[in-house]
Amino acid sequence: MANFFPRWANWIPLKLLLIVMVLGAVVTGGIWYYFTPKYTNVGYMPAQPAPFSHAIHAEQLGMDCRYCHSHVEVAGHSNVPSTQTCMSCHSQIKAQSPKLAAVRASWETGTPVQWVRIHKAPDYVYFNHAVHVNRGISCHSCHGQINEMPVVYQAQPLSMAWCLECHREPEKFLRPPSEIYNLNWRPASAQEQLAMGAQYKKEWNVNPPVTCGGCHR
Amino acid sequence: MLRYFFIGLGLFLVGLFAVAGFRGQKSGKPPIEIFPDMDHQPKVKAQVPSSFFSDNRGNRLPVAGTVPIGYEAPRSKDNPFPDEGKYNGVRFTAGTDYLNTGRFGDQWGTGIPLPVTAELMQRGKERYQIFCAVCHGASGGGNGVAGQYGLVAIASYHQDRLREMADGEIYNTIVHGKNTMLGYGDRIPLNDRWAIVAYIRALQLAQTATINDVPAGERAKLEALPQP
Repeated sequence: MANFFPRWANWIPLKLLLIVMVLGAVVTGGIWYYFTPKYTNVGYMPAQPAPFSHAIHAEQLGMDCRYCHSHVEVAGHSNVPSTQTCMSCHSQIKAQSPKLAAVRASWETGTPVQWVRIHKAPDYVYFNHAVHVNRGISCHSCHGQINEMPVVYQAQPLSMAWCLECHREPEKFLRPPSEIYNLNWRPASAQEQLAMGAQYKKEWNVNPPVTCGGCHR
Repeated sequence: MLRYFFIGLGLFLVGLFAVAGFRGQKSGKPPIEIFPDMDHQPKVKAQVPSSFFSDNRGNRLPVAGTVPIGYEAPRSKDNPFPDEGKYNGVRFTAGTDYLNTGRFGDQWGTGIPLPVTAELMQRGKERYQIFCAVCHGASGGGNGVAGQYGLVAIASYHQDRLREMADGEIYNTIVHGKNTMLGYGDRIPLNDRWAIVAYIRALQLAQTATINDVPAGERAKLEALPQP
């Protein structure tokens, strides 16, 4: 009886198996790489109604974060400044600049400037700014080097795994209370950070929740 | 067969990276939401618009003609201070007494209506450096960074008019502003305003102070500092 199948057909099942395995790896890798806030959220840099530059205000002029985000130490929500805050200076400085048209329109009409929110936690996450900045977590830990950003973008994924990295080991991130708003501060070394962080953790009784109810209510 | 498969896969991956890009790439497009379950709840959130209200403001303004709880209504109708009765937030201004307004009746009062402690002065210094130093300068000379960028008529504290100004009037200036300065009442709560007033007084004193004004116990600390 003649061979129905040529000799190379013997390899077909093996080759198919290899193809399926490679495709499985590619799909898995693709989901691992793309289906995460590290891809979907990091780098989000929307255009704002007025092109506000943190690099100019916070770094070049040396303004404190709290001049505008004035209630960050006492409120869960870190406020975006009101139009009056902008106009405190911009009623005179660059008062005719076309870049500030949206702010002037808001000042004249009383309608808020529609700033585009960049850092968003899902609505079932109750993040509280005040408890973090009052207990040794700097703006820098979550917002990155925002004092050098001409246009703000999201620097960290703000995913749950990312939150837990710090909630499990806060000593790696706690810094002196005087340096919370100094975004250029860095610990002298990793060892020093750990020693200092462990001391603060003990002294302040820092015990970040890692249970569901800590952040989800 | 395998060769074509791998060539096809390679082309697909190149196409994928070309279209989808890499992690952390800057983009103005709204984030992709893979599982958006309950991410967006129709509740009112801080500084977020709400279509529930006709003006789309999530944060509500007080209803015209109402008085917030804890707020004392202005006493006299023929009031020389037009800002009286203006809503400034319950936590911020909640009455018509000296503590809240800086005046007794229609007169500016003077004196800090809070215990002046080292903590209050430290707080005042910190708040001053956040909110005031941008224009008025770290030592109150009116030479803050904003002046270099075109803000004019910044008052120096080291002039007789301001040395003699009542504490209550300085307090009122912080809350409601004056001339080209807009009010900071929405950003600086009540206790901090008085702490800043106390610190401004300290800045004024420091301009003409000598080492003899420093308490004996503190002099050694000052003298130990490197001389400029």
